[in-house]
This record gives sequence, C-alpha cells and structure tokens, in this order.
Amino acid sequence: MTEIIEKILPNVASHPERFFNGFVETFIMVLWTGSISFVLGLIFGITLTVTKKGAILEKRIIYQILDKLINLFRSIPFIILLTGVMPLSRLIMGTAIGVRGAIVPLVFGCVPFFSRQVETALAEVDSGLIEAAESMGLDPFDIIFRVYLRESVGPLVRGTTITLVSLIGLTAMAGAVGAGGLGNYAIMYGHDRNQLDVTWLTIIVLVIVVNLIQAGGNKIVKKNKH
Amino acid sequence: MHGIIELKNIYKTFETENGVFNAVEDVSISVKKGEIYGIIGFSGAGKSTLVRTINLLGRPTSGSVFVRGKDFLSLSAKELRSERKRIGMIFQHFNLMKSRSVEANVAFPLKKSGLSKEEIHNKVTELLKLVEIDGKAKDFPSQLSGGQKQRVAIARALANNPDILLCDEATSALDPTTTKSILKLLKKLNAQLGLTIVIITHQMEVIKEICSKVAVMEHGKVVEQGDVFDIFANPKSEVTKRFISATSNLTKIEELIAEDSPVVHLNKGEKLVRFKYIQKNVAEPLISATSRIYDVTMNIIFAEIDFVQGSPIGGTVAIVSGKSEAIDRALEHIREEKVGVEVLKSGE
Repeated sequence: MTEIIEKILPNVASHPERFFNGFVETFIMVLWTGSISFVLGLIFGITLTVTKKGAILEKRIIYQILDKLINLFRSIPFIILLTGVMPLSRLIMGTAIGVRGAIVPLVFGCVPFFSRQVETALAEVDSGLIEAAESMGLDPFDIIFRVYLRESVGPLVRGTTITLVSLIGLTAMAGAVGAGGLGNYAIMYGHDRNQLDVTWLTIIVLVIVVNLIQAGGNKIVKKNKH
Repeated sequence: MHGIIELKNIYKTFETENGVFNAVEDVSISVKKGEIYGIIGFSGAGKSTLVRTINLLGRPTSGSVFVRGKDFLSLSAKELRSERKRIGMIFQHFNLMKSRSVEANVAFPLKKSGLSKEEIHNKVTELLKLVEIDGKAKDFPSQLSGGQKQRVAIARALANNPDILLCDEATSALDPTTTKSILKLLKKLNAQLGLTIVIITHQMEVIKEICSKVAVMEHGKVVEQGDVFDIFANPKSEVTKRFISATSNLTKIEELIAEDSPVVHLNKGEKLVRFKYIQKNVAEPLISATSRIYDVTMNIIFAEIDFVQGSPIGGTVAIVSGKSEAIDRALEHIREEKVGVEVLKSGE
C-alpha cells in the first residue's frame, strides 16, 4: 500500500504532514469563518428583509445603509480585500498573517455574499403568509422565526451550501497572507515546485469535500419538502 | 345602537409614480353583531384595502376604526396584536404554511395562548371537526384540494375564538360547487357561533347566497349599501345593475332585441314586456289572473325566480297581445300590484 502511494504520489508521500496540515488549516478556516458568517449573514439578511419598503419593520435608513455596505464589500475583489483589512485583522485578532489573520478578511468576503443568499431565500416566503401571521396577532419576532425562517428552511440550506463551497474557494486565496491551507499547499508545492501529484491530490480532495457538502445540503432540502 | 365594526369616513391613499391614488374614499360602514356583511366590487374597487383597515393590516390615511367599541387607531402595537387575535381572517389563496401539517397550521396561532399541549391538541381536533375536515390532520397543505385548504384556513382563523371573521375573496379561487359548500360552512359558523362575518367578493352569487347586508364599491367609494333584498330588488347604481345582471337571465332579452332574434319578433299591437317582482310577496298567480280579467294573451318567453335571503325575487319576460286598450289596462293593473312593468318593444 505504502509503496503504491509512494509511486503515484511521490512528493506527497515524502512530506505527508504538509498535506495534512493544509487540510486541517483549511478546515479550521472554513469552520470559524463559516460559523461567524452564518450568524452575521442571517442577522443581516433578516434585517434587509424586514426593513425593506412595505415589510413588517420598515426602516428606510437601516435598509439603505446595510444594502449599500453589502454592495461595497461584494464589489471588492477578495485578493484586494485580504490586504485591505489587514489593519483591522491586527486589531481584532492581534495578527494579520497565518490562519488567525485570514479569518477577518474571510468573514468580510463571506458575510455580504451569505447575507444576499439569506435575503433571496426569505424573499421566497409568500407575502400572504406574512399577512396571515400579522392578522393572527403575531409579533415581529415570532413572524421572523416562525414564518420567515421556518418556511424557508429549504432555500436557506441551499444558500448555505453555495456559500460554504465558495468559502472553500476563498480560503485558497488566503494563502497570500500566509494562512496555509490546501490552496496554499497546491500553489507552493504543486505549482511553484512543479510537483504535479500535489496539485492532483488537492483537486481530488476538494472535489470530494464539495460533493459531500452539496449532497448533505440536498438531503436536508429534500427532508423539508412536503 | 352601535355596530361591532364601525368604519367612519375612511380614506386610504397610496403614493404612486403617477401621483396620489385614492384606493378608498370617504367610506363609512357599520356592521352589526352576528351579521354577514358583504362588500362587492370589481377588482381595483378598493374593497380589499377597505377590509384591511378593519384589523389595521393597512392603516387608513384618515378616518376612524372602532371594533367592539374600541378605537383601534389609538391602540399600541401590543394592544392591537391582542385585538387581532379575536378577528379571524381568511384569504383568496388560503395562505397556509407549506412546511407544516394541517394540525400544525391550525395550532399555529395558539402557541402563546397559554394552553397546554394536550389542550391545543383537543382544540385543533374540535376545530377540524367544526369545519368538517377531521381525518386530514396529518396531511400537508399540498395534499389538499382548494376547498379543503380553505376549510383548514377557516379552522386556523377560528383558533383564538374570534367573534369576527374577515373573508378576503375567500371563494374566488374555488369552483362553483366548492364555493357553495364553503358558503354553507360560513353560514353554519355564523348561526352556531354567532360569528360576525365580513365578506369581500366580486361574485354576486356569494352576496345572494349568505349576506344579509351589502355595500357595493366602485372606484374606492361605496355607491350603494343596505339590505341585500332591497339592493337586489331596486338596484340604483350602474355597477349594482351590472352585478345583478351577471347573475340574472332577465337582461338577456336585451341581447335578443339587439340581435333582432325571431323569438322577440312582434306583430302589430303586441308588446314585449318585462315584469319584475320586487315585493316580498309575489306568489300570487298574477299573470294568468290578469290575462283572464282583461282578455289579453301573455306569451311568456322566459321567467326566472331566485331566492335572496329566503324571499323570491325575479321576473318574467312576456309578449302581450290583445286590444291595445286592454293591454294598457292590464299593465296598469299589474303595476298596481307593485310589480315593475317595463315595455321593452312595441310591434309596429
């Protein structure tokens, strides 16, 4: 077995710890950024939905500010954002490099995207349901949780899946600030030192991970369909 | 005597790109407890906007809203929410939650009611029985027909024991048979629970079938209101006449005249006459008696009697022939019996 691996993946086999470190670093970045972005994105997505014109807590100013801010950050290419928010990273995380340094820019790259995904998911909730809930005397808090979120579980999971997959893509770029991860591993060894087997393994592993996420998402969506 | 719902001088305006649009203009309506009150109008007449001012889903631009003697416009958001719990509302497209079962949909408004799980279960079972749909508790809305969905929506609307039910085009998405069965259910709830019902519709059938009072709306204004029977018998506005003619065959004669159909071809001296029964006592065989007394022949082309609020209403279209003087006297006699007489055409 070991012999076969050494034969097909000579460069990976000579330093397997590089691969495992990369994998763990990617995992940590996705986990932290994903969790933080999930919460923030939900909050912002809900805020956009309920403060919109004609919505249950209509507030023009809040909607406009949030809407413009999201557009602003969505229009900055991630690689520029990475270096742009370095001072903020230093302030929050104490460092602007490594995995810790990458979390802040990753959150900045991910939250606006996921906020829009949440907004789109909640927009699928029939306005008639909101009206019915209001006519029953539900308060805004209940309408958000028992109608908006509950009735859009499927679309929300779909949006989360898409965001997770694109987040994995973003972590590859975080290598630019020395964050490590699989992307960094593939560029540093696979590309720069022409170790093709490293590139191939990275691709295969990512394909598997992305497929697992997508399959998991689809399963939850299906379970929530009636 | 104050009504359970008192709308006074309601205005509702919307700002649009083309300026200000008056959706509702100076409407005053009083609905008494236990009444079934219909509001009819073509789409865009402002009836849906008007009904939403009752539970303040849409606040009026000006005017006053009193429900159960309370000034709704002065309530806090919290007080308004608790008042809304006692005003049920059903919709054209049912608005059920797709991700929840029938049972969970009906239980939905009961969450913060303080009832225990078991009490909620019992209440739901009782409600589903009331709307005659027990046995479907575990189904999901997507498995139900339109009529069944509306029954679930009614059960949900009744969960907090409201004394008012607002129906916004509740039967417009249903076929005629299902519409009838839903109307029957509403009538039963009205009688059994003393529920006050306000119905928004564009179907005259609905008004005729269950309403006791009606308001006719056009361009945001109420053009006519009163007892359904009176409105049917003596429609004053053009819209009301149009609504009534949509459900009655008596106006078809005009089409036949316009087409110069052989059915309405008259000989010299004959008259084509429409008799309209507008009193609540038309059972008398007036036509045959009159034709005997005055020696005129009445050839009935068609007749229609409908029942509105349990009283017959309708009319007859006939060709009257005989001596000209006899015809005049016969028609005069019928007029004296409080039957509307309208000479549509005279033979040349």
